[in-house]
Amino acid sequence: MLRYTLLRIFRALITVTLIVSLAFVILRMSGDPAIIILGPEAPPEAYAAFRANWGLDQPIWIQYLKYFGAVSQGDLGNSMRDGRSALQVVGERVPLTLAITIPALLLKILIGLPAGICAALYRNTYIDRLIMTVSVMGFTVPSFVLGLVLALIFAVKLGWLPSGGSDTWQHAILPILTMGLIGAAVIARFTRSAMLEVLGQPYIRSASAKGLVWRDVVTSHALPNAAIPTLTIVGFMVGSLVAGAVVVESVFSWPGVGRLLVTAVANRDLAVVQVILLFIGFTMVFANLTVDLLYGWVDPRLRTKQLQAGS
Amino acid sequence: MDAIVSIRNMTVDFDQGHRFVRALHGISLDVGRGEAVGIVGESGCGKSITWLAALGLLGKRARVGGRVMMGSKSLLELDENGLADIRGGKIAMIFQDPSSSLNPVHRIGRQLGEALRLHRGLRGSAAKAEAKRLLDRVGISNAAQRLNEYPHELSGGMNQRVMIAMALAGEPEVLIADEPTTALDVTIQAQILDLLRELSADNEMALVLISHDLGVVADMTERVAVMYCGRIIEQAATDTLFSRPVHPYTRGLIAALPDIVGPKRRLASIPGTVPPPDRLPPGCSFAPRCARADQACTDRQPELAGIGGDGHDVSCLHAAELATNAIREAASNEMERA
Repeated sequence: MLRYTLLRIFRALITVTLIVSLAFVILRMSGDPAIIILGPEAPPEAYAAFRANWGLDQPIWIQYLKYFGAVSQGDLGNSMRDGRSALQVVGERVPLTLAITIPALLLKILIGLPAGICAALYRNTYIDRLIMTVSVMGFTVPSFVLGLVLALIFAVKLGWLPSGGSDTWQHAILPILTMGLIGAAVIARFTRSAMLEVLGQPYIRSASAKGLVWRDVVTSHALPNAAIPTLTIVGFMVGSLVAGAVVVESVFSWPGVGRLLVTAVANRDLAVVQVILLFIGFTMVFANLTVDLLYGWVDPRLRTKQLQAGS
Repeated sequence: MDAIVSIRNMTVDFDQGHRFVRALHGISLDVGRGEAVGIVGESGCGKSITWLAALGLLGKRARVGGRVMMGSKSLLELDENGLADIRGGKIAMIFQDPSSSLNPVHRIGRQLGEALRLHRGLRGSAAKAEAKRLLDRVGISNAAQRLNEYPHELSGGMNQRVMIAMALAGEPEVLIADEPTTALDVTIQAQILDLLRELSADNEMALVLISHDLGVVADMTERVAVMYCGRIIEQAATDTLFSRPVHPYTRGLIAALPDIVGPKRRLASIPGTVPPPDRLPPGCSFAPRCARADQACTDRQPELAGIGGDGHDVSCLHAAELATNAIREAASNEMERA
């Protein structure tokens, strides 16, 4: 088990290295920050000074090695905009993003799981059809459309909630609702199909044949098995806690990491973009790692495989 | 013999959305105390459905008619709690694929303990001791350790033993074994069958053996019912059925068995295929595949009726004639052997 875990962590580190390198390559290829930050009409000396200042005049592979060396020592560079540490610039946005993504995740789970389980238990009834119709809508409508519709209803027409900004807790409601409803639709679909798969298994019939009433069959025999595939999708959502709000933050002018990413990319603020990509990469990799380890906990068959792989 | 379970005129219809398809056309069957009954037929003929329906295990899409009596209780009229007491308590069931009939995420001990709690009220260390005793009883070595293992750590044969132990946990009066050895290796098959035979004798537990394997049924049971397309088409004491089969379908099944002794011969097969339940031919369902069929067979559905007085029932319009032939044949076989 320990060796399995270490192997997983080693793989995770490789993934992070790749993310760091890709971030570097893509951003260097996508335009000259000097022109974008100083504007097209700055004197040539200003460009040269800017490039020399940020090391952009050196060959690309030296830039990469320097960058990589700095990153591995924890130095993530400074924002080209205001000169502050990029880590600090991003770090102060993270709590704001988490303030909407964590409640949204809870909402997704609280609505999605029961809805999916219900739909599966009442398969092919009007309850199932109702839940699945709503879920397909949530699944297919893009988040910016749902966000705008919610803003139109609750902010513009009813005037109950603000449509953008981050001054009070009320400002957080619409972004949370937008992400929560869409995610709930995704979880509901996954949970439903996981439950249906499990309910068709022979061990469900033999649990009934043994004399368990249906409610106990569902709670102690169906749910633990259906949790296994559902865990995958929830894990993925945990992984996108930092990154998942780009669109919604833009729609509701929520000053989180997502919106910072959009402006930093537009401004070619390389260090900031790199830090954000690293953050996203780290949370994704960490969430996957957690899910992998959790699988072993919920599914004894995998545990044995892990032991065999690890020994 | 007094019947412990008695099924009368059972019908099962499956809801296919826009219509109902009848899978069982009025089955009547008795199982006596401690009796071993075989139910034989090709897959899809309704042999498992009969018992799943009796225990209310077919789900909401099935509409079950007729009556199932156990003592004074009418099973089809029981509510969920009443049925739960019967399931595993009075009538236990084991299935074809033991490894997937056990829940992969729960330990053997927990799954056995569940049955002990439900039907015997045992918990904690008492349940654990009894679970261990049951595993010992079904021939699992290292019982104490096995209780802490998961189904995937055991072989198919071991898992079937666990299923049998779980069935015994409720001290049932009837054990339904639905193709209990089909998924197992031949050597393991014999062990499991011996175990079933022994347990049913020791506990005076009736055994209903559902199988497509005539050899197994001939070996294990006292009485056999042969099913075809949702009907019982012949039933008799096992010896009678195998020595003097009357229904052309039964005769076909037995003729399709290879002889172990005697000269080599081509195996006889029954021409045609089993019609699907929603496209049964008019009259006798077997008529299109039957060499003896005539116009009357496609006009009229034959009733299951007794021939002779020894509980030999056949559902065939030509039963009398075929029975005479069967007796003559049996006699000439006897002569040949002598």
